[in-house]
Amino acid sequence: MMPSGAEKLAPPAPSKIAVRNLNFYYGKFLALKGINLDIPANRVTAFIGPSGCGKSTLLRTFNRMFELYPDQRAEGEILLDGENLLASKQDVALIRARIGMVFQKPTPFPMSIFENIAFGVRLFEKLSRIDMEERVQWALRKAAIWNEVKDKLHMNGASLSGGQQQRLCIARCIAIKPELLLLDEPCSALDPISTARVEDLIAELKNDYTVVMVTHNMQQAARVSDCTAYMYLGELIEFGETEQMFLKPERRETEDYITGRFG
Amino acid sequence: MRLNLNISNAFADRLFSLAARGSALLTLVLLLGIIVSLVMGAWPAIREYGPGFLTHDAWDPVREDFGGRVMIHGTLATSFIALLIAVPVSFGIALFLTELSPAWLKRPLGTAIELLAAVPSIVYGMWGLMVFGPVLAQYVQQPMQSLLGDVPFLGALVSGPPVGIGILSAGIILSIMVIPFIASVMRDVFEVTPPLLKESAYGLGATTWEVVWRVVLPYTKTGVLGGIMLGLGRALGETMAVTFVIGNMSQSSSLSLFEPANSITSALANEFAEAAPGLHQASLIYLGLVLFLITFTVLICSKLLLMRLKKGEGRRA
Amino acid sequence: MKRHDADKTALFARRKRFNRLAIALSMGAMLFGLFWLAWILWETVSIGLSSLSVAMLTESMPPPDEAIGTGGLANAMMGSFMMVALATFVGTPIGILSGVYLAEYDPNGKLSASVRFVNDLLLSAPSIIIGLFVYALIVVQFKEFSGWAGAAALALIVIPITIRTTENVLALVPDGLREAAYALGTPKWKVITRITLVAARAGVLTGILLAVARISGETAPLLFTALNNQFWQASLSGPLANLPVTILQFAMSPYENWQQLAWGGVFLITLAVLGLNVLARALSREKLK
Repeated sequence: MMPSGAEKLAPPAPSKIAVRNLNFYYGKFLALKGINLDIPANRVTAFIGPSGCGKSTLLRTFNRMFELYPDQRAEGEILLDGENLLASKQDVALIRARIGMVFQKPTPFPMSIFENIAFGVRLFEKLSRIDMEERVQWALRKAAIWNEVKDKLHMNGASLSGGQQQRLCIARCIAIKPELLLLDEPCSALDPISTARVEDLIAELKNDYTVVMVTHNMQQAARVSDCTAYMYLGELIEFGETEQMFLKPERRETEDYITGRFG
Repeated sequence: MRLNLNISNAFADRLFSLAARGSALLTLVLLLGIIVSLVMGAWPAIREYGPGFLTHDAWDPVREDFGGRVMIHGTLATSFIALLIAVPVSFGIALFLTELSPAWLKRPLGTAIELLAAVPSIVYGMWGLMVFGPVLAQYVQQPMQSLLGDVPFLGALVSGPPVGIGILSAGIILSIMVIPFIASVMRDVFEVTPPLLKESAYGLGATTWEVVWRVVLPYTKTGVLGGIMLGLGRALGETMAVTFVIGNMSQSSSLSLFEPANSITSALANEFAEAAPGLHQASLIYLGLVLFLITFTVLICSKLLLMRLKKGEGRRA
Repeated sequence: MKRHDADKTALFARRKRFNRLAIALSMGAMLFGLFWLAWILWETVSIGLSSLSVAMLTESMPPPDEAIGTGGLANAMMGSFMMVALATFVGTPIGILSGVYLAEYDPNGKLSASVRFVNDLLLSAPSIIIGLFVYALIVVQFKEFSGWAGAAALALIVIPITIRTTENVLALVPDGLREAAYALGTPKWKVITRITLVAARAGVLTGILLAVARISGETAPLLFTALNNQFWQASLSGPLANLPVTILQFAMSPYENWQQLAWGGVFLITLAVLGLNVLARALSREKLK
């Protein structure tokens, strides 16, 4: 099942997340089959594969988002710095605070730009007004959107353009200082220019965070990521350094998909 | 032959379009007719009392002295109590149905709440008079009187015979009636909140309560408000559920929630068919006109509010 | 730093507690709602069933203070049935035609906007006001309470409900279907009657059923239109016996036999209305398949 090559190819950086024998079910349907994977710290890792292959599903197990839906279930281990998230006694809200997530579409909350950022911070910290303003500014700068919004922090988040909204959402995640950022096709609803800005931002972010992103766009994976995992029908086919994967994939299936011979 | 067919089709088209347009116009005529007939029917009373009718505190068919204060107070007070209870309860029900309920329970519970909305109001009234009133008297009113009887102001609210009839019991029964309306609207609008929006709030580590209160509710505020207004409209215009339990005392002017009182609808229901033509009947129609204007105002307010909120979306928070 | 962490933990614990409280209250609200439903249905069914009898379904109303079990509600049921049937028969076509106008002829026009607004107003207007209107329009003119007037009042309640549902379900019919029909050269009235209304028939029918359910339980608009009548009558002229007003009159009376019959009537009315609702629900579910 699991190509033994993956072990050998495991990148040199220390792993932030280790997935061990992960199975995932939608009701009775087995959507992830025995996934084993080590995601390196301070790198951008991309999940690619045809739609329905389970790449988003895998991403959503990392912050246990699937638990919102009663018929979804995961078994196996997901180790974040060695601690098994799936069996953790820690409250799921605290786990999610350590793991930020950005979605296919921008999801500004129905409140002002400032409040969009402050909302998450207030959940876990009691900051003075000045500290909060500082934090909001810091997060917006980090997400490379400060200059565009600094004069309209009181405006509704929904008034921004799509690309700005998506960077606002990234800022919202960063503001609570997570260790890991999950990006679920973050550019799929954006135009090419906004996409380029978000991609630049992702490249920036890996200095401070471990980033895992799902993308259906192979060029994007090639441009942005350090490591790439190719998934197909709920299985991890191949995992390795991006350059390696795109130039000289180990497996035939991967090559077919990357070169577009995949039917 | 073909030409013939076309002509008859064109004729049928004209006819059908005229019928549709006529039916639509009929709606407008209907409203106009209602307003005109109410104003005409109420005219003797309007001429006699003017707007002072609204605050005039008398209802004496023998001496022909009429004022609407008691009924208007009854209508507003019962509706206010109804909303006071129904809004938070409906919010809780909608929250449960959208966020907490196990999947297999969602459907049957939602249906049960909707069926509660379909039960005819006369059933609520009869149940309120025969079953609920006595229970309320014994287990709520009497203890409240012994507890609050000597407290100033609060004591006045709970004075009077504790027999389960009056503004309080009418308000409670109205609240039971409007809960299903408000709750199903709230549930519907909560349900159309994009899952991604909720997920991103959960993703930050927010609790269920925080997601619903801080994200879902602001996102759906227009719909929620519409639901509350719908409930208010129902409560204001409800006749049977109120008539059974409010006590039909048009002369009471006390503040008490326990004393028999009256509302616009129940005054109409009880007296209109037997009222002598003249000032008595005109005064009752005047009350009806006031009620119509109140519900009209509620509807206009909610429409204006919705329009403002819609325009405001995407600008200021 | 340690102090900071302690603050964080305390903050989180407080949020958790608050969330638990909110969840408990929400469950409480759900139970509160169900509790009333269960209580009302239980009383209606248990007392109603025990007061049911064959006489209730076959005999006319008894005089007050007779022995329990004599007399029935047959005349009231007949009167209610006649008025509801006539109101549906008259009100539905008008409502459907207006809905067609709003959805098919002039969806964005000024007339439609005002009709929609007025319709909202009529939907939210207290039904007793409709009764007042019909009183002035019909009862005063003909100088008598009558079944005709009662049916007219009920029809005026049916119309706005039907307009609303018809417009809503017609709006759901895909434009492609209309365009395909027009492309064949079909005249508009045929497109509407043969294609769009047929495509939306389950929804329209659901709306009609819900309207019938609604007027079957309406009492207020009948109080000063149909009034009531103690005797069997198969014509709509003159005061007409009907179930809701009879229940009101009997329940408020001090006579035990009348009160008993009122409970029976409440049971019958609840059964009919809830039955119609369940039917409408099943129909609209069928449509989704």
